Amino acid sequence: MDTTRLIIVAVGGQGNLLASKVIGEAALISDVPVRMSEIHGMAQRGGVVESAIVFGDAQSTIISDGEADVLLGFEPSETLRAMNKCNLNSVVITNLAPLPPFTVTMGSSKYPSLNVLQALIRKKTAKLIAFDAAALAKEAGNVMSVNMVLLGALIQTGTAPLSAENIKEAIMKRTRKAFVESNLKAFELGFAAGKP
Amino acid sequence: MHKLLTEHPGQTMLLLGNEAIARGAIEAGVAVATTYPGTPSSEISINFFQISLESNLYFEYSTNEKVALEVAAATANSGMRSMCVMKHVGMNVAADALMTLAYVGVKGGLVILTADDPYMFSSQNEQDNRYYAKLSGLPMVEPSSVREAKNMVAYAFDLSERLQEPVIFRTTTRINHSTSTVVLGEIREPKTRGDFKKDPFNYVTVPAVSRNLHIRLLDKLSQAEKISENSEYNFISGNGIWGIICNGVSYNYVSDAAKDLDIGNNVKILRIGFSHPMPQILIKEFLKGCQKVLVVEEGEPFMEETIKVLAQEEKLTLSIMGKGKDLFSRLYEFNPALVRQSIATYFDVAYKPVTVPDLSDIPEIPQRPPNLCAGCSHRATFYAVKKASEGMETICPTDIGCYTLGFLPPLAMGDFLICMGSSVGSSCGFSKVTDKKIISFIGDSTFFHSGIPGLINAVFNNHDFTLVILDNGTTAMTGQQPHPGVDMKQLNLNGYGRVSIEEIVKAVGVSHVTVIRPYRVKKSVDAIKEALNFKGVSVVISREMCTLYAKGLKKARGNPFFVSEKCKDHKDCISELACPAFFIEDNRVKIDPVMCTGCTVCAQICPEQAILPIRDKN
Repeated sequence: MDTTRLIIVAVGGQGNLLASKVIGEAALISDVPVRMSEIHGMAQRGGVVESAIVFGDAQSTIISDGEADVLLGFEPSETLRAMNKCNLNSVVITNLAPLPPFTVTMGSSKYPSLNVLQALIRKKTAKLIAFDAAALAKEAGNVMSVNMVLLGALIQTGTAPLSAENIKEAIMKRTRKAFVESNLKAFELGFAAGKP
Repeated sequence: MHKLLTEHPGQTMLLLGNEAIARGAIEAGVAVATTYPGTPSSEISINFFQISLESNLYFEYSTNEKVALEVAAATANSGMRSMCVMKHVGMNVAADALMTLAYVGVKGGLVILTADDPYMFSSQNEQDNRYYAKLSGLPMVEPSSVREAKNMVAYAFDLSERLQEPVIFRTTTRINHSTSTVVLGEIREPKTRGDFKKDPFNYVTVPAVSRNLHIRLLDKLSQAEKISENSEYNFISGNGIWGIICNGVSYNYVSDAAKDLDIGNNVKILRIGFSHPMPQILIKEFLKGCQKVLVVEEGEPFMEETIKVLAQEEKLTLSIMGKGKDLFSRLYEFNPALVRQSIATYFDVAYKPVTVPDLSDIPEIPQRPPNLCAGCSHRATFYAVKKASEGMETICPTDIGCYTLGFLPPLAMGDFLICMGSSVGSSCGFSKVTDKKIISFIGDSTFFHSGIPGLINAVFNNHDFTLVILDNGTTAMTGQQPHPGVDMKQLNLNGYGRVSIEEIVKAVGVSHVTVIRPYRVKKSVDAIKEALNFKGVSVVISREMCTLYAKGLKKARGNPFFVSEKCKDHKDCISELACPAFFIEDNRVKIDPVMCTGCTVCAQICPEQAILPIRDKN
């Protein structure tokens, strides 16, 4: 089986690790070989959380610079920061709702313009899908379901070797019962938003 | 039931490396597990802790790694399969016990897990603990994958019992924090009671005894080498005249690279999983069949040096390289592209790396440094100390925990740090030879771990400094593990004692001891001033529960504040506290009510008293 390399970047608290868990579970359900690795040292203290997910016949659990097939960004400036993982053939999916870091909210540094950010990513990769995932999460009934919205968009692109059915089954299995309904709705909204 | 206690051998489960290791121990019938928490090993112990609440496993959070290993040394010598878990630098603390335990050996299996951290994702150094195996003369195993890690634990226990020696199980962060599918095996029922048979001439390490024990250790080492020669964890794959010898996660990068470079017919790979003692005959035979050999290992040239010695013994003149210019560095962790490139360079294989996009035109992206949480009591303490020491020239040794982050501006409290407990010991030195006021910081868990001997030293040698003990009621940094000062009843756990930091400090002989509640700003500043003016050793215990821990215990204050119209834009709240709950909107300071914990510190320092509780808004 061909190897697909997916990087997920997020800010601590955005549910990146749960998203990775759902992807892993979906891969297990559908018998797709999967290996993942995460760095979450300071997640609870506002730091960046990065997951690497490798599908297919590879043994490595991390992804080198320039070698991600897909980059899934939960926060626009973090998506831009992770561009070193991409190449001209990469597909990038990003949330457009910023979570400005403390340095920006304090006025000591400037948040990049979202238009400039999108133009840059478009220029340097094969495809960019960008939308406000926070708004769709809210529409799904749970502001915390940004992760599920973005999973929806990821599956819609067909870049990950997983089906919507498998992901939905994994959501039912791996996310808290009280949130399954809103998570599934968030996934559907993201799936629709990912359409070209 | 805890998922790692699932029966159903043959079932496939998705597990984090650390979960797989814990499961491996359960399958091996581990009866005792001890630890001091440390990333990247922490989740192994968290799982043991949870499992111990619903099984016969005895688990403890020990006060430090040395104690943890001593506990396990006793239980293993009482015939119980025992596991002792720590991060790499913890091994330094445990080393005193380790070195002579190697002489004494064990009866029941003892596996000592050290989690190394190449690149220092969450550590103060990236020391290569494989040298502890060499230094102590103990056998060592190293897995390359999550799946292998689980199976290797049982192997390590069997090996330990066969040799009657502890076995070092060495991982790196990318094993601990990777996830993959694992096939469950059968669970072996653990022993519930042990027994110790007196045998002082083998157990009491006076010189005359140790002289004999060292002979025995060397004998076991040569037995271990024979086992290593035939171990299933040292294996060769592929065929060819190029050789690669590798270990740990590097094996994965090498395997992928061989495929990507399409050199499967040119190269054979020797994967070393039983890495001390190394399989000498196997390596010599491997070298003889090769034209040139590349050694791929993160960290130090541990294998490379031995392999070169073995080649010399065989009078082989082939090229053997590993660390060096254009090849591998001793720094940081490896990655697939780096290994692929180095293999291509060394064996002169055509290779075109992917084009990494030119990012020179990307605007500066604001940094996202980790920060003390909104409402963190450490911020309040640092602020009070800063105010109390205004006008003084200070040196502030700090220690290991969340509060290390206090070294960043605007708090800027933290000038020197080398290891757990160093705040206290280094304060003794700074106070002796400089004319500055020494104010040091240590957390509650770190104080129990290794702060106490330094404090005794300070009292005995009559040093002059103020130690601030940041008592937030938990080991916050690594995920809220308990320590001896924690009230375990709050966690609905009975059968624990509780040690008072205040009583220890007083008993040690510190005559100026104060306890402050850091959220009361003025009172805290006054009390700290008094402590700073005291000649000799003074201790300030700053007591307030970690906000995350309080939230978990449903003890959060939950009464957020807002910035009212009275605000005259002094911005003291931002420039002096920098709590992440603040933000600026339309040039006005605002507070995010979701993040604000209602600690009230900013309200107390606002010169206009403009920060008010939301409940008073109307």
